[in-house]
Amino acid sequence: MDTINIKIDNKNFQVPKGTTILEAAKSVGVKIPTLCHMHLHDLNVTHKPTGCRICVVEVEGRKNLVPACATECTPGMKIKNQTIRVLNSRKTVLELILSDHPSDCLICPKNGDCDLQSMAQEMGIRHYYYKGEQSTYIKDRSAAIKRDMDKCIGCKRCVTMCNEVQTVGALSSINRGFMSVVAPAFQMDLEESVCTYCGQCVAVCPTAALTEIDHTKTVIRHLADPSKTVIVQTAPAVRAALGEEFGYDPGTLVTGKMTAALKDLGFNYVFDTDFAADLTIMEEGTELLDRLTRHLNGDKTVKLPLLTSCCPGWVSFFEHHFPDMKDIPSTARSPQQMFGAIAKTYLADKLGVKREDMIVVSIMPCLAKKYERSRDEFSTDGNPDVDFVLSTRELARLVKQAGIDFKSLEPAEFDHPMGESSGAAVIFGTTGGVIEAAVRTAYEVFTKEKLHKVEFQQLRGMDWIRESTIDFNGTPIKIGIAHGLGNARKLLEEIRDGKSEYHAIEIMACPGGCIGGGGQPLHHGDSNILLARQKALYAEDKSKVIRKSHENPSIIKLYDDFLGAPNSEKAHHLLHTNYFDKSNHIEITKE
Amino acid sequence: MMTICENNVAKIEAICSEFGNEKGELINVLHKAQTTFGYLPEEVQSIVAENLNTSLAHVYGVVTFYSFFTMVPKGKYPINICTGTACYVRGAEKILDEFKEHLNIKVGETTKDEKFSLSSLRCVGACGLAPVVLVGEKVYGRVTLDGVEEILKEYNE
Repeated sequence: MDTINIKIDNKNFQVPKGTTILEAAKSVGVKIPTLCHMHLHDLNVTHKPTGCRICVVEVEGRKNLVPACATECTPGMKIKNQTIRVLNSRKTVLELILSDHPSDCLICPKNGDCDLQSMAQEMGIRHYYYKGEQSTYIKDRSAAIKRDMDKCIGCKRCVTMCNEVQTVGALSSINRGFMSVVAPAFQMDLEESVCTYCGQCVAVCPTAALTEIDHTKTVIRHLADPSKTVIVQTAPAVRAALGEEFGYDPGTLVTGKMTAALKDLGFNYVFDTDFAADLTIMEEGTELLDRLTRHLNGDKTVKLPLLTSCCPGWVSFFEHHFPDMKDIPSTARSPQQMFGAIAKTYLADKLGVKREDMIVVSIMPCLAKKYERSRDEFSTDGNPDVDFVLSTRELARLVKQAGIDFKSLEPAEFDHPMGESSGAAVIFGTTGGVIEAAVRTAYEVFTKEKLHKVEFQQLRGMDWIRESTIDFNGTPIKIGIAHGLGNARKLLEEIRDGKSEYHAIEIMACPGGCIGGGGQPLHHGDSNILLARQKALYAEDKSKVIRKSHENPSIIKLYDDFLGAPNSEKAHHLLHTNYFDKSNHIEITKE
Repeated sequence: MMTICENNVAKIEAICSEFGNEKGELINVLHKAQTTFGYLPEEVQSIVAENLNTSLAHVYGVVTFYSFFTMVPKGKYPINICTGTACYVRGAEKILDEFKEHLNIKVGETTKDEKFSLSSLRCVGACGLAPVVLVGEKVYGRVTLDGVEEILKEYNE
C-alpha cells in the first residue's frame, strides 16, 4: 500500500494514499468530530454527505477551512485540528444545528445515547446563542418505528441505509432549504410506504428523529397484573449484545444474567426463542428436503431455491418488491411466531392458563418483529400469538428502570419446556447461522448418516453474499447467503432471470444478520462490534451439549405429544403462513 | 388506490424510453412529463419510478426539490415571480405579496377558477429588468406594486 507523510497539529504521521483527512486522522488515533459521516468498514458502507460541517480543519496554504470528511490527504499536507479558529467554527456550526433542535433532552428517548447530545457536551455548549424557527412536523407512529422529524439534523444516514444498503426506497430527502426533511413519498406515513421496518435507519440515526415504538410501560403494567401469566422469549442475538448497555465489552455473552434479570422483573416463565428456532429447522428443513427430493426425482413444478423466512424485514421486502415470487420462500413462520403459536396452545394447555390470560412478550434485536407480531394472520379471534415485542435496548431500559443491578446478578437458567435449545438455534442470530443450522439437520435426515463435524466454516463470515456447495454424501447442495436487503435483491433478480443455481438461500435483512438488527444497542458506526457479537454466538454454540435442532429433547417431545410430525396438518396450521402481494398497485383504466 | 388511464401510461412509458429508462435521466423525464401533462400528479410519478427502476420516494424528492416542478395543475395563466438575488433586493417579495393578496392564493396554488397560478423562481437571467414577473412566456420588467393590478387586468378581460 502506498503511503504519504502528513502532519496533524505538528505531529508526523504516515497514512495510506487516497484517504480523506477524517479517515487518516482516525487511523492514527486523532479524533475529528462529525455528526453525519459514517463508515462501516467491515460492511463496506460509506456515507459522506459533507452535510454537518462539524469536521472542519485548517490546512496550511488554504484560506478557508475544509471539511475533513471530503478532503483527500496530499503528500506533506499540514493539518491543524485544534486551533482556536477550528474549535470556534465547530462550536458555531453546532450552535446553528441546535438553533432549531428541540431542547427536551431530559425526556427524550435518546437521552444518554444521542450523538448530538454528547457532542454538545464535549464541545462545552452552555447557552443557546441562536434561536431559529422551529419545525413542527406531525409525528409518524407505525407498528415499529416512530418518526419525529423535528429532531432530524439532516445527516441523511438513514437515506443511505434505506436506499443504498437496503434498496428499500422508503425514505428520501424532500423539499429544499429549511423545509427540507427526510420522508416517504408524498409524505405518507411509514405504514403506507414500502418500509420493511428493518430498522437500519433507526440503527444509524444520531438523534431521536427515528426511534423504536416503546412498549416498556405496557409490559410493566402487565407484569404487575396478577391475573396474567406473563411469559417471555429471548432471541439469540440479544444475549450477545445486551451486555453493552451495562458497560460490558461488545461480544460478552450475558445469557445467564439476562435470564436472571427477566426473572427479577417478574416474568412468570423465562423461555428461549432458540427453542422455536430449533422448531423452525424441523419445519423449514423438512420443507427443504421435500422440495429437494421432488426436484432430484425430476419434478419440474417444484420451486427452488428455498428461501428462508425467519426475518420479517425480508418477508416485507419480497412482499413489496417481488410479489411475483411470493411462493418461493419457505412457508415456515419465524421463530418468534412459532414460539407464540406453541405458547398459546401447547403451553397454555400444559399450564392450565386460558389463552386470553397469557401474555407473550418477546425480546428481539429487531424492530420488524414489532410489526410482524401485529400481522392479522398471527392472531386468533383478535388475540395475537405474541402480545408485545421489546427491543434489546428496551429490555436494558426496563432493567434499569426496575433498579436491577445487572452486573451483580447471579446467572440463571431458562425455564422448561420452551427454554431448551441446541447450538444450531443460537447461531440463528448471525448471517449464515440459519442455513448452517438447517444443514446440520438436513444432512442427517437426507443421508441418514451422522454428521461428525457440525461446524461449517464455509458458511460463516461477513461478506455480503456468500456461496458454498455442501456434499450431502454424493449429492452436491448449493447454498447461498445474503445479508442486507440490497444483496438479497441481487439474488432475487438472479432467480427471476432464471440464472440462480442455488437449492437454498438464507436471507437476513440487517447487515450481519440479527446481531446488527435495528433493535440492538447502537454501534455508533463501529462495525467491529458486529464481529464481536458474531463471535460470541459461535462461542455459545460451541459450549452447548446438543448442537443439532432435531436432537433437542423438548422438540422431540413436542412432536410426540402435540404436533405429530414436521409439516403435519397441525404443524401447518400453527407453524406455517402465507405471503401477500403488497406492491403499490396503480389501477390502470381504459379511459 | 391511484388510478391512471392506459393512454397516459403509454405516454409516460414513451417519455421514459426516449431517455433510455435511465435513472440518471430522471430530471429530463420529469421535465418532459410536466410539459405533456401540465403537472406531475402522484400517478405520473409512480409510473416514472417504475419505469426508471427507482423508488417513488426518490422521484418525489426530486419533484419537491426543484421549484419548476409542480404537483398541482397550473392555471391558464401561470404567474412566476423571480425572487433571485437581484429581483429580491429590488422588492420581489413585496410584489409576490401583492399578487397573493389580489389572487387570494399562496405560492404553489391555483385560483378556484383555474385561471391563475402563482409560483416563485430563482433568476430568469434578466436581472437588469429587476424585479421581473413572468405570465406564461411573457416577461414584465421593473414591476411596481401598482403594476400588479394592471398585469392581472390584462388577463381578466
